[in-house]
This record gives sequence, C-alpha cells and structure tokens, in this order.
Amino acid sequence: MKRNATLMAYNNTCLLKSFLFLLWWMMVCAVYARSQDTSLMKMLEDSMAVTRQPQYTTGTFKGTHVINLHAVETPAQGVLLFMIMHRFGKINDGGYQLFGLDNATMRMGFDYGITNRLAAGIGRSTFEKTYDGYLKLKLLRQTESPGKIPVSVTALGGLAYTTLKYADKSYLNAKYRISYTLQLLIARKLNRNLSLQLAPAWLHYNLVPAVADKNDVFALGMGGRMKITRRASINLEYNYLPGNQVNSFKVYNSLSAGFDIETGGHVFQVHVTNSQGMVAPLFIGRTTGSWGKGDVYFGFNISRSFNIAKKKH
Amino acid sequence: MKIWTIIIICCMVSTAMQAQVFVTRTGSVNFFSETPLEDIKAENNQVYAAVDLSKKTIAFSMLLKSFLFRKALMQEHFNENYVESDKFPKSTFNGMFTGDVVPGKANTIRVEGVLLLHGVEKKITTHATIELKEENLTGFARFQLIPEDFKITIPGIVRDKIARQIDVQVTIDCKTVK
Repeated sequence: MKRNATLMAYNNTCLLKSFLFLLWWMMVCAVYARSQDTSLMKMLEDSMAVTRQPQYTTGTFKGTHVINLHAVETPAQGVLLFMIMHRFGKINDGGYQLFGLDNATMRMGFDYGITNRLAAGIGRSTFEKTYDGYLKLKLLRQTESPGKIPVSVTALGGLAYTTLKYADKSYLNAKYRISYTLQLLIARKLNRNLSLQLAPAWLHYNLVPAVADKNDVFALGMGGRMKITRRASINLEYNYLPGNQVNSFKVYNSLSAGFDIETGGHVFQVHVTNSQGMVAPLFIGRTTGSWGKGDVYFGFNISRSFNIAKKKH
Repeated sequence: MKIWTIIIICCMVSTAMQAQVFVTRTGSVNFFSETPLEDIKAENNQVYAAVDLSKKTIAFSMLLKSFLFRKALMQEHFNENYVESDKFPKSTFNGMFTGDVVPGKANTIRVEGVLLLHGVEKKITTHATIELKEENLTGFARFQLIPEDFKITIPGIVRDKIARQIDVQVTIDCKTVK
C-alpha cells in the first residue's frame, strides 16, 4: 500500500513536470512566432541599412541660375533648357517711362546637358548685342547621410562677345570684343529649404575703357535660396567686387532679390536687381546702377526644359 | 519516458514551424499614370521583399529615391514635391496573405496589409499570383493607389497631367534563405 502511494506520487510529479515543460515550450514557440511576424520587415530593414549607398543631393537650386549668377545646377543628360532672361528699365525712370516698363533688355539662351555632369550653353543678350557661350562641369556633388561630400562644386568657363557696331570705333576687332569668365560655384544644401552658394570669379576683359581699369578682375559671388513652399522660394544674390579694379567709372556691387516659382517643366523667377547685364562680365564688373539712388531693374527669368534625347535605363 | 516523448514531439513541432522564408533585394515596383496630356512611368528595381510561406506573411521595403523616370525633371519633382523623399525616404508594405501555395503552378492569393508612403499608413488589399519552383518564388501583383490618400497634394496647374489613380505593378523573384 505504502509502495503504491509512493509510485502514484512519483507518477504525479512526473506528469506535473511534463505539463510544466509543455507549457514553457508553448510559450517559447508563441514568442518565437510573434517575433517572426515583425522580423520579416526587420530583416528587410537590416539588409537595406547594410547595403545602403550614398545618394546625391538633388534640387540644391530650382534653376540653373540663382538670379544672374550661375547656380551649381546643370540640365540632366539629354535635356535642353530654353531660358529667357528679361530686365525692364530702371524703376526710378519715373511715371513717364512707366517705372521702367517701357524699356527692356533681354537674353535668350539654351543650355544642354551633354552628360549629367557636363553642360554647354549659348546665349544672346540685346545689351550691346552680346553673344555668350559657356561650359559647366560638376566637379563634386554633395551626398546625403551616409555621404561624405559636404558640398557641390561646379566649374564654369565662359566667353562673351559683343557685336554692337560703333561708327567711331573701327579698331574694335574680334579680340577686343571678347571677355572671359572663370568661376567656381560651391554650394551646399543645408536642409530641405535652405541652400547657400559661394562663387569666386576671375574675369578677363581683353579691352577695358581706360588705363586705370584692370584687365583681370576678381570677384566673389554669393547666393542663396530659401524655400517658402514646396514649389516656391525666395532668392538672394550678391556679387562683391573688391575695389581698385574698375576705376574709370563708378561701379557698384550687384545685388538682386527674387522669387522662384516652379510648375512642371517651367521655372519662373521674378526679381529686382541693380544690374542690367545678364552675363558675368556685365553684371559683375559693369554694374552701374545703385540701389541707393533707386537704379533698380525689375525683371524675370523663365526657363522651360525639353527632353530631346531618350534617357537610357 | 513520457518526458522524452514530449520533448521529441515538441522538437518535431518546432522544426515544422521553422520559417520558410524567401527574399530578394532586386524586386521591381513600377507605376504608371496615364492622361491625355502626359504619360508618366517610373520603375524601381531595388525593392527589398520577403515572403514567409509558413506564416503567410509578406513584406516590402524600398527607397523612393530609387524610382527612375524617363525625364530627370519628373524624378526631381517626384522626390522634392510629391513624396518628399528627404523627409520620408522609404515606402514599406507589411501584410499577410490567404490562399494555398502549391509548388509548380501559378497560385492566386489574396494579399492584405498596410502600405506606408509619404508618412501615411493605409490598408490595401489586392490579388497576386505566386509561383514556387524549388528554391525560387516569383510573384506578381497589380493594384491602384490614389495620391491624395497619402496626403500627396497635386497643384491645380498640373492636376490634369497626373492620373487620379496610379497603376502600380509589383514583380518579385525571391530565393529561399536557410
């Protein structure tokens, strides 16, 4: 009897043990199964994090120009950009000239993306009947977090050729009519809204008005844009021209402020500036308008992009 | 003896429960918008996908910046103005499916889950076909999305150039993981 009781007790503890073990195992399985549901996504996320490549920052500026100054942006490969830059007369011309609206100078231009990094442009300004051509090359492109490149750098090399005929200046041959621009555009998109650019420039005029004027002129351009909505931004641009370079006439630093609106393939820029010229040798070294005196030009840039080459995937 | 029987049974059960997972890093998601004014097409061939046949779960994850467009400007606008990929870099789908997957033939299944896009989560349901061949699992699904459901606003001036409903196609070719 006593032996029987011990055996039963043994059997009972044995059953209890197996029952507890089963319970524990079921819990482990349940936890494992639950973790599996979310781990499918976690597995993907982990895999993505490991293989993630740095990506180029896009949309540092909306257009290829801040206002007058070139921006780091170039058209993508196979994209032709048609751009009209237009400046009315001076606002201080008064009511008779309808505050400058009676007069206008303009520049028509084409930019073409040869590759995603290299673009060529040509343009023609009514101001002194100037033709211009340039090459823009993206040397560095800013990359996003895990990126290591903090800025975008684009080199700009340009040439301007004035063709206005002067009856009294028959000596003006092709050489005298040319001026060169070499500029480094360094920009950083600080956040989704704010981008800033620095642009040291070296200009060379083959002909200057007087002996006191330097043929080689150095300047520092600065530009920025602040997005106010997803498709509109406020732009500011200042081109600092250190003294003792242009002496025979009074020059001012070019200061422009504007507003960009983008819709589909168009970028529409409206601005006020004290520069009438729209190519670097004109607006950097030949700005004669003064904000203080009210020599302010109202103007706009309109660009339209066309895809003329099929993009290969 | 009983203890060992139970342990053995438990082990057998747990091995049977071990996940039968298929994954890919090169899945593709394409979308189309067709209007009389403009056709927009984009493809992303770097889609991460995973299918667990035993649990009937399915997951997708992709970077929105990996969508390639025919026009560079469209791609820029897609990222900058519509999906805001700087703020919301990823789109994911996490869901379950119902229906049996028989090896060697095309099986139609019903997929249901949550799509995350532009920071907005939305439940979607669609039919998909899955084919299982040894160590490979291929899948295809097609469904439609409404941009406004994901708080993607389209300005009036371009509204007629973007379809009200965007056609989405998903193709995956997964391999099993051990």
